[in-house]
Amino acid sequence: MKKVSQVLLVVLVIAVFITACSPSVPAAPVESEPQANGEKVGETLRIGVVSPMSGPGATAGKYIVNGVKLLEEKLKTEGGLLVGDTRYPIEFLYEDNEAKEETTTNVYQKLINQDNVIAIVGPDMSKAILAAGPIAQSAGVVAVGTFTTNEAVTQVGDYIFRACFIDPFQGKAAATYAWDAGFKTAAVIYNNADAYSKGLYENFELAFTELGGEIVEVQAYSGSDIKDYNVQLTKIKAANPDVVFIPNMFTEIPLQVRQARELGITAKFVGGDSMDAPEVAQLAGFENIEGTAYVSAFSPDNPDPVAQEFVKAFNDAYGMNPNSNAVLAYEAAMMILESIKNAATVDRKGVRDAMASLKDLHLPSGTITVGPDRNPIKGAAILMYNSEGVPEFVVNVNP
Amino acid sequence: MTTFFQLLIYGLQLGSVYALLALGYTMVYGIVGMINFAHGDFLMIGALSTVFLAMAFMNTSSAALSAIQVITIILIAMIGTGLIGVLVEAIAYKPLRDRPRMTALITAVGVSMFLQNFPRALPFIGPNPRPFPRLFPLVQLNLGGVTITSTQLIMLGLSIILMVILYFIVNKTPLGAQMRAVSMDKDAALLMGININVIISLTFFIGAALASSSGIFYASIYPQVDVYMGSWLGTKSFIAAVLGGIGDIRGAMLGGFILGISEIFATSINSNLGYMIGFIVLILILLFKPAGLLGKFSIEKV
Repeated sequence: MKKVSQVLLVVLVIAVFITACSPSVPAAPVESEPQANGEKVGETLRIGVVSPMSGPGATAGKYIVNGVKLLEEKLKTEGGLLVGDTRYPIEFLYEDNEAKEETTTNVYQKLINQDNVIAIVGPDMSKAILAAGPIAQSAGVVAVGTFTTNEAVTQVGDYIFRACFIDPFQGKAAATYAWDAGFKTAAVIYNNADAYSKGLYENFELAFTELGGEIVEVQAYSGSDIKDYNVQLTKIKAANPDVVFIPNMFTEIPLQVRQARELGITAKFVGGDSMDAPEVAQLAGFENIEGTAYVSAFSPDNPDPVAQEFVKAFNDAYGMNPNSNAVLAYEAAMMILESIKNAATVDRKGVRDAMASLKDLHLPSGTITVGPDRNPIKGAAILMYNSEGVPEFVVNVNP
Repeated sequence: MTTFFQLLIYGLQLGSVYALLALGYTMVYGIVGMINFAHGDFLMIGALSTVFLAMAFMNTSSAALSAIQVITIILIAMIGTGLIGVLVEAIAYKPLRDRPRMTALITAVGVSMFLQNFPRALPFIGPNPRPFPRLFPLVQLNLGGVTITSTQLIMLGLSIILMVILYFIVNKTPLGAQMRAVSMDKDAALLMGININVIISLTFFIGAALASSSGIFYASIYPQVDVYMGSWLGTKSFIAAVLGGIGDIRGAMLGGFILGISEIFATSINSNLGYMIGFIVLILILLFKPAGLLGKFSIEKV
């Protein structure tokens, strides 16, 4: 038995060695004869889609794959992507990164070296693209993160893009909404051990005071282990603000909201996109969370015609509303297709250069322009929990 | 002054949770001589089982829970967790009783990881937090600007009653005498005809049942339950037990309340200080009174 396993091991090692060493075979460009309608058929272009299809992030992965599949179906009926007078068939390759850094690195390597993709959509997590980004960067392949909101993501290199807004913008969007809703004084309770929470708070404060509002109380707590916010909330209650900004994790927000209501704080709450989790309303209690607003990448109730067209197509195909994951994956893929169309030459470098100057592309969550730091300039949606704990669309906030 | 009393109430509420949990640490240490790092996870099991019990009771009667139902739920959760405690001792610690102490300590860390990750892996529990049902009616009393909720009062009352019962059992009953005998000298107790295995199992049962009750109280004021909730609380309560003098029951109660109150007051000065205060207190105690506030120095026999 031991011998057999040893032999198997040797075979496995050799197999891995051969696969790793085999040179990537780029599909030779097949420029065929012009067809009847004057179109030429180009080589098949492959786009990698990396998402957590299994494991704890599997729900997000499902939405991401569905979002891209919608686009794939559309391209199939059209016969491919028309660039100039050449129609390129597009093939999407879906890879599972299990929401892990190491696996993301592996599938990036596979997509780039073996499958010879022209660009990659995803993954959806900052930590995963931070780990795998350098591979795409050194190979010169465009990678577009979907929900990767951490600022450091695009700083990996000039081939790394994203489809979502970044954390500082959320703070600003929340402040803009709070001010426009007529709140003049605000208090903040934030986690000073969490970069997300701290970043949102700082940008909220900056934007809110700039607009003319006043921050009357700022209270911090040290880490997610803390469950008792009574001390901080008692001080906030004494300051009597119009609105309380709570840019915290979805596991912490429900307790904060509950304790605040039990202390008799009646002010409205505003939060960041971490609140976009179905558990929040359940854990906090519907009567406590009612009227709480938060910043989100997308709302299916957005009245914009492009958004409604997308929502309808998604509903027709899968029988449910798309969430932010689906929209951002769809938009990341759209950004890549648009860049292929605009590229001077249809190759990896051409796509990158075209994406860096992408401008005024109208997508479901709004008009998107890629900024000089490869972060998209785009709007956010403000959602508000109703008395049944269901978030409803309130307004779009534009940068 | 109002603020002072308000903070004191928060401190007592947090302190009673620490105290109940610290009792388990201190009893196990006093009798078996090992530190059961999995003790905090008994708190989680108590809280989590209460969630499922309440769900089952609510399904049958659909209305809000009656007082009898709540008492039944708490009792079932406490007894169930107590039995799990006995089981853990029998499977993981009993075979190691004659090994060096370090072996049992490391095993305890392993047991803690198992107790956290096994429920996490079960599909009907999983890693996500879930809301804790309201067991006690919520009435807010206002005494001269100080807000007290009925939950806080019931909790504080029940935890003090439980502590008094425990103190009475240990000090005034024959069973308690046997426990104290085992804690003083295991071999001599054996010679006196005391069944050590039963006493140790009973110690784990009481410790786990108290942890379960503290879990129910904790989740009643901070109504959110997940599988990792016990680890941080366990650490804090361990500090409380050492602070009061590990092995001493009054010390555990005192240590729990001191830690809870100082944590709340420190947080009101600065949130980072509130986070650190437990460890600062621990270091100071170990420097100046290594046996704890009420602990007596015992001479290690070589």
